[in-house]
Amino acid sequence: MKKFLNTPESYLSDALAGLAAAHPELSVDPENGVVARASGPVEGKVGLVSGGGSGHEPLHSGFVGEGMLDAACPGEVFTSPVPDGFLAGVKAADSGRGTVLVVKNYTGDVMNAQMAAELADDEGLRVEQVLVNDDVAVEDSTFTAGRRGTGATVFVEKIAGAAAARGDGIEEVAEIGRRVNAASRSFAVALTACTVPTAGRPGFDLPEGEIEVGVGIHGEPGRRREKLRSAREIVGEMVEAVLRDRPLESGDETIVMVNGMGGTPLSELYLVYGELARVFADKGVTIARNLVGDYVTSLDMEGCSITVCRVEEGFLPLWDAAVNTPALRWGV
Amino acid sequence: MDTALAKAWVEAAADAVSAGAEELSRLDAAIGDGDHGTNMDRGLTAARRAVADLEADGPGPVLVKTGMTMISRVGGASGPLYGTLLRTAGKRLEGGEAGLADLAAALRAGLEAVQKMGAAKPGDKTLVDALSPAVEALEKAAGQGAPLSEAAEAAAGAAEQGARATVPLQARKGRASYLGERSIGHEDPGAASSALLMRALADACRA
Repeated sequence: MKKFLNTPESYLSDALAGLAAAHPELSVDPENGVVARASGPVEGKVGLVSGGGSGHEPLHSGFVGEGMLDAACPGEVFTSPVPDGFLAGVKAADSGRGTVLVVKNYTGDVMNAQMAAELADDEGLRVEQVLVNDDVAVEDSTFTAGRRGTGATVFVEKIAGAAAARGDGIEEVAEIGRRVNAASRSFAVALTACTVPTAGRPGFDLPEGEIEVGVGIHGEPGRRREKLRSAREIVGEMVEAVLRDRPLESGDETIVMVNGMGGTPLSELYLVYGELARVFADKGVTIARNLVGDYVTSLDMEGCSITVCRVEEGFLPLWDAAVNTPALRWGV
Repeated sequence: MDTALAKAWVEAAADAVSAGAEELSRLDAAIGDGDHGTNMDRGLTAARRAVADLEADGPGPVLVKTGMTMISRVGGASGPLYGTLLRTAGKRLEGGEAGLADLAAALRAGLEAVQKMGAAKPGDKTLVDALSPAVEALEKAAGQGAPLSEAAEAAAGAAEQGARATVPLQARKGRASYLGERSIGHEDPGAASSALLMRALADACRA
């Protein structure tokens, strides 16, 4: 393992200390596992909080700021935050109008968030949860833990964050978050495995010339292994997987993200975006907005995911609304 | 089981998980994300410290404290699941010493709470596959009027056998379920850590 580390054990706290140093507009509390706006809860605004294992930066801490999250709860690397962590995030966000908690659909995240919501309820704090489950690589059946939450989390946090910022109530903020999730699908392919600092070696073996198709964001293997092919063929298969689950018609408008998983050059991500844009153009599907870059990473994994959200009434004005966070900034 | 034995169990469990952390993470790397040993070690190391000076009038509060500590320190699914197992079992035990039948009933209540929380059944390739036969072994031994040490030995053996029996299963819960058929051929790390906890109980009883 070759990484910029002091010790594997201090990886998370050292990284959070750096985030705090770079962004004085954030308050970083490694003890309780909370990154919040330094200015505190916004008076009269519904809080928006998200959390999950670390190792996916900029998700979630990089999306704390005006127009997006009020607080993020970073757990240990690839490990859900504990209930106390989620609860501390809710407390950092609550201004009295309640808090919407964005949770990615993983067994641990769901359990810890549920426990936190119960603890919050005990303290008289209102919490609405929005579950993100956009990854079509996992069959949503009784034989699995259900589809994973991946790239659509960024869309949910942006659009629900803008809804909260314009003054929507807790039910409206949660509702638009759920609609964005329902309209979004993702699929990922890895070229290499990633290395968790405390593990010291890659999470799985991926021989030269092979790829993991349908990979998750925690270094877990994907659904199957295939030979490396051309980008055009791989992207074609990724788009196919997404559209099989959520068909799009000619004339549909979309928001698309081509997301790097931490170790992929931006040029390759643009190459992938170009292939995707070509396929969409052939189908007559409009890409109204796009994001290309590292947004939901898996430490140092080489690979990418694509997320497609079919635009519904009300999405685009909220997408375009001002946002000012370390990782997403426009209109300010 | 008295307060001292409950604390000795937590000590032995922390030792066993610390020694087995690398192996647990290795099992987890095959079908999960490779951190089960690290996370359990962090939680039980904290629990060992939390119960060391705890003033308790029986094993109940020791198990509750261990469960609460695991909920607030482990994270992932293992924290809520193991935390709920021990917290529920501990709350079920009244003050004072617990007999074997009380302990079996308490762990049965804990197991039921775990199954409710995770919606897991035996055969889903989870910690339930080790805990369920272990609780059955305790209940059977209680019915036969066996001493605790003998019952704990039987429970440890049943848990270890249950964990090994997860190898040919396809995971239906948790992160391993994403692998579908590729989860076959690997021991479930949660079942393996449950077997360590039950073996720790047998060791604590013998010491």
